[in-house]
Amino acid sequence: MTTATPTVGAGAQATGATTTASRVRKRLNSRTATVVSIVIAVLWTVPTFGLFISSFRPEDQIKTTGWWTAFTDPQFTLENYQQVLFGSGSSGRLISYFINSLAITIPSVLFPIAFASLAAYALAWINFRGRDWLYIAIFALQIVPLQMALVPLLKFFSTGVTIAGVQVLPAWNLVDEQKFAQVWFAHTCFALPFAVFLLHNFISQLPGDLMEAARVDGASHPRIFRTIVLPLITPALAAFGIFQFLWVWNDLLVALIFADGGDETAPLTVRLAELAGSRGNEWQRLTAGAFVSIVVPLIVFLSLQRYFVRGLLAGSVKG
Amino acid sequence: MAFARSRQTLAIAGALGLALGVTACGTGNDKKSSNAGSAECAAYEKYGDNDGKKVTIYSSIRDIEADRLDESWKQFEDCTGIDIDHEGSAEFEAQLGVRVDGGNAPDLAFIPQPGLLKRFVDAGKLKPVGAETKTEAEANYSPDWLKYGTLNGQLYGAPLGSNVKSYVWYSPKMFKDKGWTVPTTWDELIKLSDTIAASGTKPWCAGIESGDATGWPATDWIEDVLLRTAGPEAYDQWTTHGIPFNDPKVADALNRAGTILKNDKYVNGGFGGVKSIATTSFQEAGIPITTGKCALHRQASFYANQWPQGTKVAEDGDVFAFYFPAIDPAQGKPVLGGGEFVGAFADRPEVQAVQTYLASGEFANSRAKIGDWVSANKKLDLANVPNPVDRLSVQLLQDEKTVFRFDGSDLMPAAVGAGTFWKGMVEWINGKDTATVLNGIEGSWK
Amino acid sequence: MEFDFIAEKDKFLMLGYGLLAFVAVVGGLLLLLDVVPSWFARRHEAKLVAASASGAPLPRWPKQREGLFALFFLLPTLLLLAVGLVGPAIRTTLLSFMDAGSNDWVGLRNYGWMFSDPAILRVLTNTLVWVILVPLVATSFGLVYAVLVDKVRFEAVAKSLIFLPMAISFVGASIIWKFVYAYRGDDQQQIGLLNQIVVSLGGEPKFFLQESPLNTLLLIMIMVWIQAGFAMVVLSAAIKAIPADIVEAARLDGVTPWQMFWQITMPNIRPALIVVVVTLSIATLKVFDIVRTATNGNYDTSVIANEMYNQAFRYGQNGQGSALAVFLFVLVIPIVIYQIRNLRQQREG
Repeated sequence: MTTATPTVGAGAQATGATTTASRVRKRLNSRTATVVSIVIAVLWTVPTFGLFISSFRPEDQIKTTGWWTAFTDPQFTLENYQQVLFGSGSSGRLISYFINSLAITIPSVLFPIAFASLAAYALAWINFRGRDWLYIAIFALQIVPLQMALVPLLKFFSTGVTIAGVQVLPAWNLVDEQKFAQVWFAHTCFALPFAVFLLHNFISQLPGDLMEAARVDGASHPRIFRTIVLPLITPALAAFGIFQFLWVWNDLLVALIFADGGDETAPLTVRLAELAGSRGNEWQRLTAGAFVSIVVPLIVFLSLQRYFVRGLLAGSVKG
Repeated sequence: MAFARSRQTLAIAGALGLALGVTACGTGNDKKSSNAGSAECAAYEKYGDNDGKKVTIYSSIRDIEADRLDESWKQFEDCTGIDIDHEGSAEFEAQLGVRVDGGNAPDLAFIPQPGLLKRFVDAGKLKPVGAETKTEAEANYSPDWLKYGTLNGQLYGAPLGSNVKSYVWYSPKMFKDKGWTVPTTWDELIKLSDTIAASGTKPWCAGIESGDATGWPATDWIEDVLLRTAGPEAYDQWTTHGIPFNDPKVADALNRAGTILKNDKYVNGGFGGVKSIATTSFQEAGIPITTGKCALHRQASFYANQWPQGTKVAEDGDVFAFYFPAIDPAQGKPVLGGGEFVGAFADRPEVQAVQTYLASGEFANSRAKIGDWVSANKKLDLANVPNPVDRLSVQLLQDEKTVFRFDGSDLMPAAVGAGTFWKGMVEWINGKDTATVLNGIEGSWK
Repeated sequence: MEFDFIAEKDKFLMLGYGLLAFVAVVGGLLLLLDVVPSWFARRHEAKLVAASASGAPLPRWPKQREGLFALFFLLPTLLLLAVGLVGPAIRTTLLSFMDAGSNDWVGLRNYGWMFSDPAILRVLTNTLVWVILVPLVATSFGLVYAVLVDKVRFEAVAKSLIFLPMAISFVGASIIWKFVYAYRGDDQQQIGLLNQIVVSLGGEPKFFLQESPLNTLLLIMIMVWIQAGFAMVVLSAAIKAIPADIVEAARLDGVTPWQMFWQITMPNIRPALIVVVVTLSIATLKVFDIVRTATNGNYDTSVIANEMYNQAFRYGQNGQGSALAVFLFVLVIPIVIYQIRNLRQQREG
């Protein structure tokens, strides 16, 4: 790499001839970078693209030939989507599961955002003893595998809390669509450590003088939080919101345990897993099903991606 | 900002809810009422008055099979007024434990593994069946079957559906065209395999991929062979750990199965070499028979559901099954099979009524008529079984002379039967030698 | 698509209740925090007035007020964490010292089993390989790509394509890659892209997912494929946030791109780098769905989370499953210590 030193050094010299040369080189460089980055991006997309093509191919074609043969011998069908969307028998109404997914996801995103931003603010800007240890403890909770939390949490819902024979909290006794509440609760619990970690990173890096000034003006913590911090971290909230949305929308395990499997409460993932799973390697259903489930997160992601980048930008301002 | 947005959403949701509420008032309120009085309901009077009660059932049965179940007890629901809420899950075995431990157990569960049944009995979670269910079950099922649902002298689950695993699927048409005949002994089977291999077709196809449960079809292979080489008594000792898992008898059986399953000349028609068995799903493993790429596929009676639409399953059709032949004439050819048991986590009257109904001949016939179902229920009328392979299976199961043994991996503790045994079979197919695999499994059985 | 609004009414109603609860809880909390302190403030003022009137020493602002505020800000989070994670973590730790049915204490037996069973040792090594490789490869790739793509044309599109897999569930991604790695016998057409490439280069089709240790690397590739986009977006944002004057000054000093990267870019994006590596490490330790979907833990590919699930839920071995979970807790300690050091530095800086 040392050989590169004089050339770039030359580029910095302000003489006319070398400037043109460096400009040409720079354009060349950026062109190479463009080509390379696009090639990588395309390679990165090939597996998804293959699945996408496959999802429109007839069953026997999927099972016997590669998806790339579709270019030389195009055979396409909507049959796979027909099967996945309208299915067979009693539980064909995918739309019903779609609504369940929405009803599960929206509150499961809002609650942790609100709670975690409050907590992150307190951990970053309110002086109290042991706050660093508390933050570290919450951070460390990220490692608790949610699988191990399933049974105790389910017990919490179905039998309540009893300490030394005294019923402290009653059982929830929810039925049908009321079970959404359990799923919201569970998702909120599981999301909090990461949310606090992420938001704390942003909030703690907000300029301290801003807070000082507000304190001097006599603003209370709730007011500072509402009027100064919240507007500043909106992009960060959006960033976490996307993460949480993707996670909840794609979740299978939590929904399986806390929502039960009927069409009253089970989300799309549960239904698609059933569709794909009951007949083994039914690639045609798997491919179409995978795409149906990807569509919504993709739309959400693409439409919010602006916020996402900005959100992460905000956090690293002070580097 | 986030709050402003959510308030907006709330307003929209609220308005929507209101609008829906208004339209909802227009529709009539048709509460489901039982037709308890009608003639066809006379048979259901014995289940008592449980109108409006709900019974939840959890099982591993999904999709079309689940729809058929719903259909089969429809009349029972209509007449008794009990609402049966069935939920099937691919994760049944794991999720049932979570739900039970979490205090959210279903009323009834269709448990396919006596080993799992035992775990819930030991934990004190499962309720013994009521007196009526017991009477019904004892009248309809042989002691052979009931013993798998019985623990400490109490019946905890009446059998439900069953299957016969000792079948080899083949194409009668192909056999006729090529002049092959159905083998009746192991030697004939091997000879036939050689003949087919010599003709350029790989004779056998197999697949043991099954998601979470990958490996189980190979355990069936081993069990079938072991039953035929070592006999039912040795088999029983093996499943109860009376003899070690790596007993020489078991090693013999494994090696014998290996002469087919690990023989590159014999397998894996339509898919590739021996190793492809591990990645081929059990559902598609036999399909090459329909395209002539393989000739023989050992799989249970329920494989009848897997053939592509339009395949004629009959003795003179596109596909059919012959009985897995005897190896040692002294040991005969015992039937290897499996089935579900209806375990109850609640003992409310309506739950017991459903349990009793499920053990009855009415249910067995009602379910069988819809198709693709086998049961050892003695009241099951052969005329109600449409599929010829299923009919053969029912005959075998109902025949008092049949020596029946339950799938061994389902009897063993789950850590072995649904754990190291399955995983061991995958490794065995993938190239590990018999002794290493068996020693590993034995080591895991504590 | 026919759609019965009436049948779905209850769900929307429930969603409405949920949102209402959200507004009530969060709004109520903020309101409470607003009203109560101002009430205190008024009282304090009154005291001040009274004190100045009587000439007594001025009372100080009560010190514990800050702590009280913090408590209210933290209350919902702490309550939920206690129920949803702290309780279960303690329970898991206790269970790890008990037998399969959680009836009797067995001391360290489950841990003994964990470190003596060769299959489990393999699981532990695999997890180690995962947790070293995934953050390393995904972060480096994300960083290189972020630098490469910085300010080129089509930047937004190129970045979106890399980030796309983030929107796909782990299960979906595993299905996609299982398709890429699929095997068909050499007498047939390949349906997996990788084997098609091997065959068209004149090779024999391979059982990619069955050959250890290659298969573990191929599974890690799936995780890298998903997470590289995350690393890239975060790091790219950090690179863009480096103040232009610093970059310009360095350029005027005539530094090489290489020096620029190590002396300007790296130090400036360090906090973002830490976030990425820490997040990826923890996500990798908990990885479950990928292994489960792609190989179900066969062919020596299992990792701790997968084995833990099997032991606790499929085999009814609560003790052994819990011991594996506790081992996960132990593995995260280095990351926690690192995080403490960072926090200290931040406070001092």
